[in-house]
Amino acid sequence: MSAISMILVIIVAFFAGMEGILDEFQLHQPLVSCTLIGLATGQLTAGLILGGSLQMIALGWANIGAAVAPDAALASVASAIILVQGGQGTKGIGSAIAIAIPLAVAGLFLTMIVRTITVAIIHIMDAAAEKGNYRTINMWQVVCICLQGLRIAIPAALLLVIPAAQVRAMLESMPAWLSDGMAIGGGMVVAVGYAMVINMMASSEVWPFFAIGFAVAALSELTLIAIGTIGLSLALMYLKLDEGGNGNGGDSGNNNTGDPLGDILDDY
Amino acid sequence: MADSKKVTLSRNDRLKVAWRSTFIQGSWNYERMQNAGWLYSLMPALNKLYTKKEDRIAAYKRHLEFFNTHPYLASPIIGVTLALEEDRANGAPVDDVAIQGVKVGMMGPLAGVGDPVFWFTVRPIIGALGASMAIGGNILGPILFFVLYNLIRWGFMWYTQEFGYRAGSRISEDLSGGLLQKITRGASMMGMFVIGALIERWVKIDFKPVVSKIQQQKGSYIDWNSLPKGSKGIQEALTQYNMGKGLSLSNVKVTTLQNNLDQLIPGLMALLLTFLCMWLLKKKVSPIIIILGIFVVGVGLHVVGWL
Repeated sequence: MSAISMILVIIVAFFAGMEGILDEFQLHQPLVSCTLIGLATGQLTAGLILGGSLQMIALGWANIGAAVAPDAALASVASAIILVQGGQGTKGIGSAIAIAIPLAVAGLFLTMIVRTITVAIIHIMDAAAEKGNYRTINMWQVVCICLQGLRIAIPAALLLVIPAAQVRAMLESMPAWLSDGMAIGGGMVVAVGYAMVINMMASSEVWPFFAIGFAVAALSELTLIAIGTIGLSLALMYLKLDEGGNGNGGDSGNNNTGDPLGDILDDY
Repeated sequence: MADSKKVTLSRNDRLKVAWRSTFIQGSWNYERMQNAGWLYSLMPALNKLYTKKEDRIAAYKRHLEFFNTHPYLASPIIGVTLALEEDRANGAPVDDVAIQGVKVGMMGPLAGVGDPVFWFTVRPIIGALGASMAIGGNILGPILFFVLYNLIRWGFMWYTQEFGYRAGSRISEDLSGGLLQKITRGASMMGMFVIGALIERWVKIDFKPVVSKIQQQKGSYIDWNSLPKGSKGIQEALTQYNMGKGLSLSNVKVTTLQNNLDQLIPGLMALLLTFLCMWLLKKKVSPIIIILGIFVVGVGLHVVGWL
């Protein structure tokens, strides 16, 4: 790998690490970060397909209450680097996914460490606030964000240092039954993310929507955009009908334009 | 009013605050969570509103208190806080308790809106759309995901912050009332619909065991020995296979367990696996353990020839 590629990969890793905590631009999502690493190393297609496959697994990964979700940032960055170093192209995606999962756990511990270090920084900020020193507060906020970036950039740099031949030898020593089995597991593991989402949202009101969605998906002519459109329309229709029923029960006078947001805004 | 001229926050000031609120989680910590990120977001506004040093110090300390909500749903709370701080700077009797009360009062209910809407509806749906394109090698997948998601996110953050700013403290009543509840309900409905579809499409289980092998009647399969030679033969075979005749490729019809299951409803096993995962998650089994377990089972069943 050329030096420029390496630097680009580390930059991508840094941004993915920042986003892992910020959760704003979604640069840490596998779909984005794996593709960017593929682009930086000249293996765009492999990175793209790995990103898509990992994204399917990571769809429902979000922290809900006490259950801490696996860390998507380290999983996608590290597995993309291993895929690129292994040099097996798109064939190596199955084993890259299998490696990504334990890494997602490791990333979790790294986040916890950084969040604990941040406690100390908060106390420095307290002292700065006492003196009205806003530039210091701003600076430490930036430092905190950079620490989260380094959380991924450092492991990524370490992985880059391991010679590509060694990574390749390790991947090739994996017997076919293991890598095929891992690929099969990768196909099933997607269900965990969906189960997390369902557990969060399920109520007796929404189960029929789930059932219709499941049945309709068997029509392979429907693209995801079409399915999304049907789902959105059904939800809007349901809410509209529901509103009509409640309206008879006597409500305040602002439900006449059919645009609740507009009504609230008009009141001010 | 102590001062004759009024300090107001311009649209530009509010844009600055909105941009900085992108980094609200940057200093997330176990002690007071988003507190420093919150102060960081408000900083330009506080500095404009309070010019005296002791006022500034009081404001900084006031906004370093515990704060935690969904990162995007902080925006309406920021909007309300900006309105309150502006009133206070202009001499209105808004005390620390009122400001802290608004923050704490809004952060809980609003976090409950952000999770289902963004983490479990918007992101999975756009993510699945992008991922399904990416798996097919289409570079538009990640681009679409990135652009669409950020348009929605930024639009939401800016609009709700402005809404909060205009509505002032009365916003919490409106937001916790009808509108946001409706958005949350609608999002869960659409989310569940799409998740149902995704399970059918993307959870892949293929049971290999052969249930039956049936010798087919002559005439229902392509008789490879009686085909013409060369390209004519290929043409004839394809015609018989596909063009209305629908003959099968060999004289033995193999039915696997998967074929049988698909006749009930396609994706049944995927659905059952998902229900199993849901049950395990409800039993407080860590998602990481479940994921690793599925890999072990996948390899195991592949080795014995079931998958």
